[in-house]
Amino acid sequence: MGWKRLKASLLPGRYYLSGNEAVAEGAIAAGCRFYGGYPITPSSEIMERMARRLGEIGGVFVQMEDELSSIAAVIGASWAGAKAMTATSGPGFSLMMENIGYAAFTETPCVIVDIQRAGPATGQATRVGSGDIMQAKWGSHGDYQIIALSPWSVQEMYDGAIRAFNVAERYRVPTFLLGDEAVGHLRETLEIRPWVRAFDRRKSKGRPPFDSKNPRQIPPMPTFGEGENLLVTGSTHEGFGIRRADDPEVHSRLVRRLNDKILLNKQDIVEVEELFLEDAVVAVLCYGFTARSALTAVKQLRDKGYKVGFFRLKTIWPFPHEQIAQMSEEVEKFFVPEMNRGQVAGEAMKSSRCEVVPYCQTNGEIIPPEVIRKELMRLL
Amino acid sequence: MARAMEQYLRPGISTTPFCPGCGHGILLGLILRSIHALGIDIGEMVFVSGIGCAAWIPSPHFKADTLHTTHGRAIAFATGAKLYNPKLRVMVISGDGDLSSIGGNHLIHAARRDIDIKVVCANNMIYGMTGGQVAATTPVGSTTSTTPLGNPDRPFDLCKLVEAAGARYVARYSVTQPMALMESIKKSLFFKGFSFIEVLSPCPTQFGSKNLLESASKMMEWLKENCIPREEAERLSPEELEGKIVTGEWVDVEVNTS
Repeated sequence: MGWKRLKASLLPGRYYLSGNEAVAEGAIAAGCRFYGGYPITPSSEIMERMARRLGEIGGVFVQMEDELSSIAAVIGASWAGAKAMTATSGPGFSLMMENIGYAAFTETPCVIVDIQRAGPATGQATRVGSGDIMQAKWGSHGDYQIIALSPWSVQEMYDGAIRAFNVAERYRVPTFLLGDEAVGHLRETLEIRPWVRAFDRRKSKGRPPFDSKNPRQIPPMPTFGEGENLLVTGSTHEGFGIRRADDPEVHSRLVRRLNDKILLNKQDIVEVEELFLEDAVVAVLCYGFTARSALTAVKQLRDKGYKVGFFRLKTIWPFPHEQIAQMSEEVEKFFVPEMNRGQVAGEAMKSSRCEVVPYCQTNGEIIPPEVIRKELMRLL
Repeated sequence: MARAMEQYLRPGISTTPFCPGCGHGILLGLILRSIHALGIDIGEMVFVSGIGCAAWIPSPHFKADTLHTTHGRAIAFATGAKLYNPKLRVMVISGDGDLSSIGGNHLIHAARRDIDIKVVCANNMIYGMTGGQVAATTPVGSTTSTTPLGNPDRPFDLCKLVEAAGARYVARYSVTQPMALMESIKKSLFFKGFSFIEVLSPCPTQFGSKNLLESASKMMEWLKENCIPREEAERLSPEELEGKIVTGEWVDVEVNTS
């Protein structure tokens, strides 16, 4: 329970892996021992590697009949005590939404990797996109919070998978690793360190698994078979799980607590990366693979003396509104390049006190550094 | 005996939410009696259910680990729990709409994979909780709130479906055949491999009221008359079998663990 130190599941050293392969290795390093999934491009390499690796180390792998059952099996395994994961892409992510809401409402830790491709619908199945940002936050019905991380490198696919499990277990919440096709299929060097810091869900016999007096605190999570007579339900419930579906008080308290437990712990969850911002006039607000192009463009412009800065979201949900509000007092403009129609730009506008300039590209291609450089020049 | 079953109920539970004349209370009692008869510690079982009236049989009533899931997905949740911890004795209890319509895909795939779980499908031939709409199990011609002129579609034979998908134990009984049904539930509790029991359970509120079986007793009588054991059915002509529900065991091929 709580934090512990685990030996890495691969020998320490440098590896040359794809982002998708790195996710699988990170998950296993974090203690993931259950994978339920359904094949979908461009995420399938994750499940293929999990099938092999879980077989080697004695975990459980099951290829389910669809994405609805994949996430259901993951939630079932989580209540049976597993650190459990699935991976998918847009169409499968859409199919998982109802049970993602169930996981949020029943406070079930689980990790869902979404290797985003160009949608909507079947769209460009093999091409890159990042159109699932808002779906990750709002895809299931009702008001709930989740955590979503946005890796930009093979290293961060590995580290991000570990972090996703840690925050999922710590806050008892479904957690997304929102990769994209480009970072999933990117191959580069990955450093495996000898030890991994891992968090295991807290247990406390006899205490209510679905309530806590202090909304910042996460209730303990027992496991099936421990004699706790767990009552898990997706209906509105009180602390021990008893259905109270017609009680306005219980429902409002539960929904508020599920939101508060993430939002009040935002400081510990949200991570951003800030570079060259001290004197910046324009800051590039970016995430995922696009942040690689953005950093190249920013560096090139700074070499020429332009005052541009780099602000990268490593966590997308909960959204770093506080950091954006603060930064917007210091720069004149935010420039937001995205492989969608402005999903993060729109969110940033809620808190930014300076102008937010979106750059939206939805053609299944990555946004190259020269495009970002050119657009930035127009703003400077 | 009735009070003896209280030990298997979650403290604080005094009444069920089922309508007068509903068969689900009988099924609830028979499952508990089967567990009692075999001396199984109910606290070591996991009950998984979906959405609908029958999904409320285990949740919140049973004093055990219960997982009340989303509509149709109970078997998929149960698959994850059972595969991760094979020591858990996992029973899925849900309705016909939940397991065979919205969740039909999971039913056949769990049978194909031979997941070692026990599925009890309470079949009331209609969507009870949502107001009596036609189900995949509603007999041809029956009136429901979405087939005002009679159901034009043929119902599933759930036992044939699950048998074809590879289930190791398949049986069908009615709550009006309590002793045979209890023997079947007891068998499934110690069974190794995927087992499926379809339980005909009357719904006078939604099915009966729309099909000239308006009282609970009429609905019960109708089930008693129309549910006939396999052995008896084998002696009848196809014409005589028209409208009958054949009960009994279909498949019984346990996994050989020796």
